[in-house]
Amino acid sequence: MKERNSAPKPRNRIYESRGEPFFQAILVVIFALLSITFLYPYWHVAVTSFTSPDYASASGFKLWPRAWSWDAYKHMFSAHFLWSGYLNTIKVVLLGWSCSLTGVVLGAYPLSKRDLPLRSLFTTIILVTMFISGGMIPTYLLVNNTLHMRNSYFAIILPHCISVTHVIIARNYFMTLPEGLEEAAIIDGANSLQVLMRVVLPLSTPILATISLWVIVSNWNAYFNCLLYITDSSKYVLQVVLRRIILTDSKEMTAASEAVANSTDTDIVTLRAASIMLATVPIICVYPFLQKYFVKGMLIGSLKG
Amino acid sequence: MKTASGSIQIHTGNRRRHFAASVRKHKLHLLMLVPVMAQFLLFKYGPLYGVTLAFKEFQILKGITGSPWVGMANFQRLFTSYDFKNVFTNTVTIAFFKFVFGFPAPIILALFLNELRFPRFKRITQSISYLPHFISWVILTGIFMELLSPSRGPVNALIRLLGGEPIFFLGSPRYFRSTLVVTGIWQGVGWGSIIYLAALGGVNEELYDAARVDGCGRWRRIWHVTLPGILPTVTIMLILAVGSLVDDNFDQIFNMLNPAVYSVGDVLGTYIYRQGVINMDYSYSTAAELFRNLISLVLVVSANFVSKRVNEYGLW
Repeated sequence: MKERNSAPKPRNRIYESRGEPFFQAILVVIFALLSITFLYPYWHVAVTSFTSPDYASASGFKLWPRAWSWDAYKHMFSAHFLWSGYLNTIKVVLLGWSCSLTGVVLGAYPLSKRDLPLRSLFTTIILVTMFISGGMIPTYLLVNNTLHMRNSYFAIILPHCISVTHVIIARNYFMTLPEGLEEAAIIDGANSLQVLMRVVLPLSTPILATISLWVIVSNWNAYFNCLLYITDSSKYVLQVVLRRIILTDSKEMTAASEAVANSTDTDIVTLRAASIMLATVPIICVYPFLQKYFVKGMLIGSLKG
Repeated sequence: MKTASGSIQIHTGNRRRHFAASVRKHKLHLLMLVPVMAQFLLFKYGPLYGVTLAFKEFQILKGITGSPWVGMANFQRLFTSYDFKNVFTNTVTIAFFKFVFGFPAPIILALFLNELRFPRFKRITQSISYLPHFISWVILTGIFMELLSPSRGPVNALIRLLGGEPIFFLGSPRYFRSTLVVTGIWQGVGWGSIIYLAALGGVNEELYDAARVDGCGRWRRIWHVTLPGILPTVTIMLILAVGSLVDDNFDQIFNMLNPAVYSVGDVLGTYIYRQGVINMDYSYSTAAELFRNLISLVLVVSANFVSKRVNEYGLW
């Protein structure tokens, strides 16, 4: 894995064509422009959120706020629904993370045992769901009408908490652990659960961390299940709150959220921008530090199981 | 996976006793699997029973089991409905353009990144390009609404500067699909390139040297060494892309779609959601969804088949 991630070795100078420096210069320019295209959108929204509402609807590129203002953030900070959204998202992330991690470990560990009875049957049961699924409506009816899980966070989490790819990745990782360690623990009188908790899991922190990151990000960004199953607006997660702020037009919004009750259209531009910032900043802050783990995880995940 | 039954074959005579002993040995392991299997059976296989609704007329009080069978009536309604024809055309058109432009984009990005010599600059560029992958389409839609706004957006400011008329990218039927394709590429190209970059790193360096000695220029080297080297990865990604042609992009379209562009932007996923969850027409939407899932299954199986025939490798 390390080898693959590292930059290609500097190639022998003798073979280098004369056009090379020119070509490299063009590449650098192209990629610099590309980076700007990737970064500017966030910057634009950030600047808008700090601009005084009187100037916010000015057209064009925004490199710096024309007139500084904290109004949008003041509005948002006093908005009750935003904080409840934050709190609910944190609840969902924690609950989702613990369910997913437990599920993945409990699924992957037994399947990593080569002589587990009916192992191929269990593996097939899990794998088939990658290709065949009941779909949105039958799942909705099951969770909503049959199991009556409406307005419970378990409705958001349970249907999707164990990802097939995560199970396969964790299983493959467990299979690479030396068997001798587990055998030694068994000889010392440990049962399978103790082996798992005290020997296997401590050795598997890299893979568990990677899966945790995936699960946390996907739960942080999840909105669709909340839209389906949560009707009580005090239980809305952050993304759904944002969706209402961002996607509904100003009239509906006035009815939907108290913070914008007395606001004009120009205010809404800055309020939207501020709410986008408040939901994105946590991700952008941790992103630079965690990015390489995601890439590593993505590569582990793409190797065939 | 296939060697799992190997230990059983040794004692064919004592198969049952051996199995019982094996179960005893793995008692706790099997116990661990119980909640996992329960989750899969309930939430992944359970809904498969609900698919029968496609052939029933759903009545709330009677539930799925008690509702009367109606044969193909839902499908008849589906295939004769004007809405559905439109939605199906939109799905195919959008999927086609997203595939044609969206599939090669990360490969091209990876190829160019691979030619870049400055490791630090390269790494930073890569990290920046992955970022949109971690931000939900709810937020991305909000960002694009600002950026593409006809009155405030910088993109339209640029168009005006060049003497053009401002374009309502998210609200005009003429431009909506192109907007979907371009913003989709913007969001996915960086993350998509990771896998190709890894494949590029695995191409044998000696082949490049040999090609150079043979007098190959940069482009011929890319064509004759790099591309064949990453072909297995491209094939796998192609199978996955073909398989998800009809059901992908839901998050993006679901958030960007607005009534002004239903005529060109409403796709199977959003249509099924509206008919099922909003209008509570469960049988009809289940029929539509079954239709979509069958197409996607056929697509992935045939893509795999073709790839195995042509390249001798596939997903399974």
